[in-house]
Amino acid sequence: MDTQITVENQGLMYNLRHRFTRLGRDIARNKTSYLFLAPYAIIFITFTVLPVLVSIILSFTHYNMLEKPVWIGWQNYLKLFLSDDVFLIAVKNTFVFAAITGPVGYLACLFFAWMVNEFKPKIRAFFTLLFYAPSISGNAFLVWQIIFDADQYGYLNGLLMSLGLRDDPIAWLYDPRFILPICIIVTLWMSLGTSFLVFIAGLQNIDPSLYEAGAIDGVRNRWQELWYITLPSMKPQLMFGAIMSITSSFAASAQIIPLAGFPSVDYAARTVVSHLLDYGSVRFEMGYACAIATVLFLAMVITQKIVQRLLSKVGE
Amino acid sequence: MKIDFSIRRMKISRSAGGDIFLLFVLITTGLFMAIPLVYTITGAFKPMNEIFLYPPRILVRNPTLDNFKDLFILMSETWIPITRYLANSLLIVVLGTGGHVIISSMGAYVVCKHQFPGKRFFSEMVVLSLMFAAEVTAIPNFLIMSKLGWINTLKSIIVPAWGYSLGFYLMSRFMTQIPDVLLEAAKLDGASEFRIFWTIVMPSVKPAWLTLMILSFQQLWRDQGGRFIYKEVLKPLPYALQQMASGGLARQGVAAVVGLIMMIIPIILFVFNQSKIVETMTTSGID
Repeated sequence: MDTQITVENQGLMYNLRHRFTRLGRDIARNKTSYLFLAPYAIIFITFTVLPVLVSIILSFTHYNMLEKPVWIGWQNYLKLFLSDDVFLIAVKNTFVFAAITGPVGYLACLFFAWMVNEFKPKIRAFFTLLFYAPSISGNAFLVWQIIFDADQYGYLNGLLMSLGLRDDPIAWLYDPRFILPICIIVTLWMSLGTSFLVFIAGLQNIDPSLYEAGAIDGVRNRWQELWYITLPSMKPQLMFGAIMSITSSFAASAQIIPLAGFPSVDYAARTVVSHLLDYGSVRFEMGYACAIATVLFLAMVITQKIVQRLLSKVGE
Repeated sequence: MKIDFSIRRMKISRSAGGDIFLLFVLITTGLFMAIPLVYTITGAFKPMNEIFLYPPRILVRNPTLDNFKDLFILMSETWIPITRYLANSLLIVVLGTGGHVIISSMGAYVVCKHQFPGKRFFSEMVVLSLMFAAEVTAIPNFLIMSKLGWINTLKSIIVPAWGYSLGFYLMSRFMTQIPDVLLEAAKLDGASEFRIFWTIVMPSVKPAWLTLMILSFQQLWRDQGGRFIYKEVLKPLPYALQQMASGGLARQGVAAVVGLIMMIIPIILFVFNQSKIVETMTTSGID
């Protein structure tokens, strides 16, 4: 018996030592690669990975930010799915919101980037600036509050009433039926952001000789050219845009809270992130907020895997 | 300066009807998107009575420079000279953006073009990190900063900016498109890795890092230093401007000018960078 264990141990030790020497050899052989990556990797791990890991661990604790966290296992998650009815509303809203703003915003970025790219450089720069304006000008989306004001001086109410379509103003941002659709419209309006710029950069990176070759091969119109040449040659950027759309549509709250109020009427514009903010910065239940963040994270990862599969079909 | 409005005609696959349709869509949506831009610019020139006009007008009737004068008076009266805030902001924005572009590009280059153990795992980790809500990582982040003793230093904003996930992911997406033959040829000529990175890889993804500069600049420019900086002498400019703008009704005019300044600086960089992208295109003979 004893000898067997020692033999097994020796085997394990040998295995480990073998692994470490191999790892050491790998590092030595790829020294330049690791040196290039090291500055980024160290900073990224310290200021991004570490906080994320700590947050995931905190999701298994009760933590009010003043006292030490207390380990409570899966309790936050059980509470989240079994007894938090507001969370279920938030999930439903986020799902509706993301299902519309994600794909539509993504396609809008792509469409406008492609369209702008049809023009000569100076015109292109001008239109790029116009479309990017809502993202560059801070909280300019508050202009929409004037449009959707609840009295007859709000632009939309004024328009409807002067056209004789309505006799009394609608309280757009206080009516649970309209809050979420309005948030969706405003979000779409400001969706030409990061992905839009990256798509334009991607379009400019495409080798122009591909288009000439395509024309010879019988590409008849710009739509065929888009599908068979342009999109396949910017697949990396398409994936980048998809990730951006997923993160911004699932984690939206920055524009929703000022528009719809916090908490919004009847939780009509409650999203997962505003639910998280409620627990994190109002009720000081950080452990619970971390559990919400972890669930949201998993939902995004699953969506990303599905989208990745869809995007691999582009140009086929 | 002559601006040519015609759509590129060099491609055969273009129909006139399609061109007109595209131009029509572009102009109508463009007008719609430009509202905040116009509103912010005109707001800065509105006299008090027009600022409080309800419902608000987009255009200005009697433009005035009073708001600018008010802001300059406030600026000259600050307890800490305004140039100090400006210097802090410049340090944050220039070092933060420059470092982010270079450091994340170096990392992205080896992950895309070199073979070594752990590279797949690392790039997957960067993508995943983009999907974790930043709202809950604030507390662990603060703890790390205070452990490092970086609270109340400018590097608490600059150094983390170097490690943002966005730049690494963006650069690595573009770098996968560089043909390997190009790099192998340089390697055969005996060029060092850093030389290859600096003289071949970076120039061939110029549109990517010019775009990244805009994105990173915009994010850092808005940072008011609230999370880690509590000393007045280390606060950035947007913080000082925000303080001047938030003085109730009487400061609404100043607030409008502050809004304009906050918007115009990123736009200047944006226009500059876009013209650089155009330059790369002309030298490579595309347009």
